[in-house]
Amino acid sequence: MEHVTTAVVGAGHAGLAASRFLSDRSIEHVVLERGEIANSWRRERWDSLRLLTPNRQSRLPGHRYDGPDPDGYMTAGEVADFIAGFAKVADAPVRTGVDVTSVRAGRTGYELETSLGPLGARSVVLASGACNRPVVPPFHTEVPASVVQVTPFDYAAPDRLPDGGVLVVGASATGVQLAAEIRRTGRPVTLAAGEHVRLPRTYRGRDVLGWMEASGVWDQRYDEIDDLTRARRLPSPQLVGSPARETLGLNELSALGVEIVGRLAAVRDGWALFSGGLRNVASLADLKMERLLDTFDAWAASSGTDAPPPERFAPTRVPASPRLRLDLRGGEIRTVVWATGFRPEYGWLHVPVLDDKGRLRHDGGVVGPGLYALGLPVLRRRKSTFLHGVEDDAREVIAHLAAAL
Amino acid sequence: MTTVSNGVNVKALLDARDALKGAPEAAQFTWRATSKWQDGVHSTTRIQQFFGLGQEQNHKSEAVFEADHPEVFAAEDNGITPIEYLLVGLASCLTAGVASVAQNRGIQLRSVESTVEGNHDIRGILGADSDVRNGFNDIKVTFTIDADASEKDIEALVAQSQKRSAVFDALTNPTSVTVEVA
Repeated sequence: MEHVTTAVVGAGHAGLAASRFLSDRSIEHVVLERGEIANSWRRERWDSLRLLTPNRQSRLPGHRYDGPDPDGYMTAGEVADFIAGFAKVADAPVRTGVDVTSVRAGRTGYELETSLGPLGARSVVLASGACNRPVVPPFHTEVPASVVQVTPFDYAAPDRLPDGGVLVVGASATGVQLAAEIRRTGRPVTLAAGEHVRLPRTYRGRDVLGWMEASGVWDQRYDEIDDLTRARRLPSPQLVGSPARETLGLNELSALGVEIVGRLAAVRDGWALFSGGLRNVASLADLKMERLLDTFDAWAASSGTDAPPPERFAPTRVPASPRLRLDLRGGEIRTVVWATGFRPEYGWLHVPVLDDKGRLRHDGGVVGPGLYALGLPVLRRRKSTFLHGVEDDAREVIAHLAAAL
Repeated sequence: MTTVSNGVNVKALLDARDALKGAPEAAQFTWRATSKWQDGVHSTTRIQQFFGLGQEQNHKSEAVFEADHPEVFAAEDNGITPIEYLLVGLASCLTAGVASVAQNRGIQLRSVESTVEGNHDIRGILGADSDVRNGFNDIKVTFTIDADASEKDIEALVAQSQKRSAVFDALTNPTSVTVEVA
């Protein structure tokens, strides 16, 4: 059986950042990739998707965007090319087209089963992604057969959906983006919004994610956060990366003619039943956004940052009496789009490190002896899952790995 | 931070939260009420026992609630109407939430008052119009809160209280209800 010091599972930005720091320390390793480099960016994203972070924040260790549009947002294909370019510059030892089917504890480290045969490794870095599977609520089985159901993994473009009404479930980045582009084809769209994170695209003349970086919000460490479980479960902010740099929240969707309803609570007897708590989730999102903007203003004042004056945005407009139920058998809705989140897939991980909800237990990416993770939400910092957010995490995780060897 | 006292033992609640994370079976509670018809539309509902923390529990004393309908419904008005009990539940649950969240956030409360109004089109329950639902069309809760906090912090308090409220959830989300004859 072949042996390496370290096996990295996944050649996305997280796995490749790990590889870069392993190489810097001359730790012999391989990066195993089921498909090609940045596979999910190439194969598991819808056509119009762009990165949420502006190009100026597109950077990986020693590698950065140097194109002509620092305020623009990369398409999924451009992200994949950017990551592949990083792999090349970093000369990462990537083996593509290798499925890792099992990781088990061995006598000295771990034993991996792969489609190219067994592999032994003293340590393993799990960098296989945070979004391998769409999450769909169990009551999706109650949706009548006459309604087409899609997840963001099946969805490519709005014109591939049947004509007629669409119910988009979930108001994170995915939900608002898909609701907007489907609505722009003229289809009637209803958006079921639960708890969500509202953000303007730009604030006081610069990208809101630039504010988060500059004011230090993104660097907040996992061991400084009160409710880490909650922070790790937070839905992605209502943002879209588009050339127009427009804000895309519930107010903008209402103006487009999207009907906003409460969280989809159940499907019963062919009826979709929505929560009557829409006003509360909207006001929670408004309050949290304003608190964040206050943070930016305070930072700008204390750091002497030159920027246009503070802005405030209109509260979320909630319909006076939001619809509480919708007949899914009546023909009004032809498609349900489940934008209800994603989860990592660990079916191949035969080490007892998952909690009762199937989530990886880890302390800042340290899973257990010789076992590490990267690229999960708030792994070590609020910015962990963003492209540029992995660098500091990877440096620290690989330092821990090296010290333990 | 100054010490605030709203009379809520938040530490005990947070300790319970931590303890129950590792013991989901202990977190399973069943609340019970038994009701007896008196006469007309008058009934008496009693509450004393409940199940929780893995065993039967008792309130200190039995609580008795009379429910009837008002004279404008041609009833004797021996108690509030059943749907008014929902308003009692909602107001008291949200108020408890406000106090608990305020304690946890270090906000000293001086007074908390609320009025709850439920709009009800009674054509539904009378069967006069099948398009009208039986329950409330909408409910409005208005809080007046005097506290050592900014207006925004008070709004956040109320919003968080709704987020954690059992009765708010039970009213806003569908619940499976089985009614059978023993």
